[in-house]
Amino acid sequence: MAPGQMASGLAAGRLTAAEIDANFDDLHPAYAPHEAAVAADRCYFCYDAPCTTACPTDIDIPLFIRQIQTGQPEAAARTIFDQNILGGICARVCPTETLCEEACVRETAEGKPVEIGRLQRYATDTVMSAGVHPYSRAPETGKSVAVVGAGPAGLACAHRLAMLGHEVVIYESRPKAGGLNEFGIAAYKATGGFAQSEVDWLLQIGGITIETGRALGGELTLDGLKADHDAVFLSIGLGGVNALRVPDENMPGVRNAVDFIAELRQAENLSALAVGRNVVVIGGGMTAVDAAVQSKLLGAENVTIAYRRGRDAMPASRYEQDLAASKGVRLMFNVMPVGLTGTEALTAVDLEYTQVVDGRVTGTGETVTLPADQLFKAIGQTLDGAPGALALEGGKIAVSDGGRTSIDGVWAGGDCAAGGDDLTVTAVAEGRDAAMDIHKALVG
Amino acid sequence: MADLTTDFLGISSPNPFWLASAPPTDKEYNVRRAFEAGWGGVVWKTLGAEGPPVVNVNGPRYGALYGADRRLLGLNNIELITDRPLEVNLEEIARVKSDYPDRAVIVSLMVPCEEAEWKAILPRVAETGADGIELNFGCPHGMSERGMGAAVGQVPEYIEMVTRWCKENYDRPVIVKLTPNITDIRYPARAAHNGGADAVSLINTISSITSVNLDNFSPEPSIDGKGSHGGYCGPAVKPIAMNMVAEIARDPETRGLPISGIGGVTTWRDAAEFMSLGAGNVQVCTAAMTYGFRIVQEMTAGLSQWMDEKGYTSVQDFVGRAVPNVTDWQYLNLNYVAKAKIDQEQCIKCGRCYAACEDTSHQAIWMKEGRVFEVNDAECVACNLCVDVCPVENCISMVEMAPGTVDPRTGRTVQDSYANWTTHPNNPGAQAAE
Ligand SMILES: Cc1cc2nc3c(=O)[nH]c(=O)nc-3n(C[C@H](O)[C@H](O)[C@H](O)COP(=O)(O)OP(=O)(O)OC[C@H]3O[C@@H](n4cnc5c(N)ncnc54)[C@H](O)[C@@H]3O)c2cc1C
Ligand SMILES: Cc1cc2nc3c(=O)[nH]c(=O)nc-3n(C[C@H](O)[C@H](O)[C@H](O)COP(=O)(O)O)c2cc1C
Ligand code: SF4
Repeated sequence: MAPGQMASGLAAGRLTAAEIDANFDDLHPAYAPHEAAVAADRCYFCYDAPCTTACPTDIDIPLFIRQIQTGQPEAAARTIFDQNILGGICARVCPTETLCEEACVRETAEGKPVEIGRLQRYATDTVMSAGVHPYSRAPETGKSVAVVGAGPAGLACAHRLAMLGHEVVIYESRPKAGGLNEFGIAAYKATGGFAQSEVDWLLQIGGITIETGRALGGELTLDGLKADHDAVFLSIGLGGVNALRVPDENMPGVRNAVDFIAELRQAENLSALAVGRNVVVIGGGMTAVDAAVQSKLLGAENVTIAYRRGRDAMPASRYEQDLAASKGVRLMFNVMPVGLTGTEALTAVDLEYTQVVDGRVTGTGETVTLPADQLFKAIGQTLDGAPGALALEGGKIAVSDGGRTSIDGVWAGGDCAAGGDDLTVTAVAEGRDAAMDIHKALVG
Repeated sequence: MADLTTDFLGISSPNPFWLASAPPTDKEYNVRRAFEAGWGGVVWKTLGAEGPPVVNVNGPRYGALYGADRRLLGLNNIELITDRPLEVNLEEIARVKSDYPDRAVIVSLMVPCEEAEWKAILPRVAETGADGIELNFGCPHGMSERGMGAAVGQVPEYIEMVTRWCKENYDRPVIVKLTPNITDIRYPARAAHNGGADAVSLINTISSITSVNLDNFSPEPSIDGKGSHGGYCGPAVKPIAMNMVAEIARDPETRGLPISGIGGVTTWRDAAEFMSLGAGNVQVCTAAMTYGFRIVQEMTAGLSQWMDEKGYTSVQDFVGRAVPNVTDWQYLNLNYVAKAKIDQEQCIKCGRCYAACEDTSHQAIWMKEGRVFEVNDAECVACNLCVDVCPVENCISMVEMAPGTVDPRTGRTVQDSYANWTTHPNNPGAQAAE
């Protein structure tokens, strides 16, 4: 055990640098060619394949796997990118266990699906690591589109538009492009600076300018963008975070999980990143799991996820739950935070057991206190900073087919738009589809 | 445990698994290891006439066809007969046979098509104490261009002549090894029979090109940019070999002629199938070259277990049992009607049966809501394609229609009686005979 592990409060260097490096290594390591061939051989080439139906971007999975099988991963990558230009990151971060691989007939047959995600990575890596960008632009149309937000939705939309010959300017409030690929996804899912190299690779198409440090709502207005461009695509994600509504929520030691994760993703040196000895994460989604697992990987001694409903209701998949458990994270179900203790900084959290009555979570009165020097709030992100004139639906920007918003000439997609799961792959699909709709609107 | 002792032409071996004449039997070292591993017998790698031995290429001599996970399904080779001196081979054969009297040791021979050549070599083989000889009339490459191997095996008159020479000049069993590179295998088998052969063994390898290098356009295996047709063997050739064995087994002119079955034997099951089609024993080459000699342990244990399960006490109990069931197409019962049936419990909903039937067969499978696949009996011709492409064993089966029920495809009542093409009204021959 490294000397720092027992330090109380927030402390950096709980593990040695070597241990931390090993902990944050690739979750699903890349296949060697023979492994890929063996994995590809397992595909049955199903008719009207259920995996393809389950993929939000409709990748022709049996076809790309067959192309790997016949020794042409480059052709396989092309099949993937045709539908999903961010097939590289999706191969790493998609919860395949609830998407394509869940639908795989070999999951039905043997409980062991074809490893579609890893095969997709094998194909896309082949092309991307060679630096080859297999697309070129159609003749310029003279039209210009503003994309707001350089996350997966914005990037996918921009790429498709550029390919169709339009000029695209992406306005991004952060100093770097990539969205949650760069600031959110767990570090062990996108190792080696993958998110940035993917952005660079994607931009090789040409015709796309990214202006970082430029926020809609700041110096940019929707009217201004509409005036300067022929169309606007909003892909601003979910910038807000839900509050716990527990007294003293701003006490030192209490933090938004997404902020911690963003700091972690941007840290030059993880050994210098402070984490608590006793960490409690409130929430039940992917953000909660990522915050908990990465705290553990940094060397926190006790990490607990406290989720207010039962296991089956947990938004994080069973696979994610098991991943957390395998890293030593404790999963507590049917508990909610009711009090925080600490004078200068957090020392403990009181949880009350819950039950569901008429669909509503209510406390049972019984409580338990966990020592906690750090607490992460991961109870959901919310839309923040959407132009007021836009009609909303369920707290997100209302859209119709093709991503059209209530304002003419303005489209939206990704997490900020209503409908679809909050997943990278869904954002890509919506960005791509909006691009096609914008194209139709611009050139008929 | 069933007794696997096999008597083939009066030659006894502890089991019916012999190593075929090939690299595994090319020298004393290998053969001793093979016997230690449990092989019942060997056919020594083919010997040539006295004089400077043949030479092999100095580059790759094998090519391959793979299945999933680089499973070797077919092997091809451009190797010649032994490239070691005759004297050395004969000495080794004599030593091994005397050390392993209970195992079969057969000497494979290939010398030019002149009686003097055979007369010269046969006494020397006899001196080794080997149990018999096998005449290699099968090698399709290298030797055939020199008027030997398949060049003899493709001319029935030569087979008969050389076999007769051997029978006249050698007093132990003579096995004639046949080449499959011929249109009708019955003709060379009949020739061997007429020449007095004690048995035939088949198949030798099939002329083949396994692959082409798409960078330099050389066939593989490539020797300095060029390739030559090689002999194909391994699991891929088994169906071809079994048909040839069966054809000889049921040919009235060769019926009863002992057969040593060769070609793709890889498991106990393959051996049992060959033997049920009339082979008195089997020979194995590729399986040993792929996995080593140890695989014989699976073969012997597996065959013995199966025999126990079936109540067979000797291999004789099942040799030839399938032969009466091999018939000509025209005698198949056209009143037998079956329909495909998909077991919904086992179905994993891949839809391969649907694609196969809809695209390439009879549009007899419905794809219903929720990926439920069902057979439409009114269209199903019972071709079996869906069964063959289904990845789940026994998920789709062919169910015989009971006599008296109506086939919804034809509207005809299924008959209990047997009727075949020879009497079918659509057969012009049958009508002419009326
Ligand atoms: C911690 C965490 C882990 C996750 N893990 C996974 C996972 O493993 N797999 C998975 O599929 N999904 C995961 N997700 C969800 C996934 O990251 C999102 O669904 C996806 O990134 C949404 O893409 P987007 O383009 O809509 O939004 P974002 O990725 O959020 O991108 C929005 C971009 O817009 C910019 N922006 C915001 N407001 C403005 C403005 N006013 N002006 C200009 N720019 C603005 C932001 O800076 C950002 O770059 C995770 C999410 C989180 C938070
Ligand atoms: C490399 C190699 C060399 C062979 N050499 C001979 C040979 O010298 N004499 C012979 O009769 N058959 C020879 N054969 C053919 C085998 O004895 C056997 O008939 C054939 O391989 C089919 O059996 P299998 O499918 O078990 O390999 C050779 C086969 C191989 C693969
Ligand atoms: S047996 Fe042939 S015709 Fe019948 S359902 Fe199967 S594939 Fe179709």
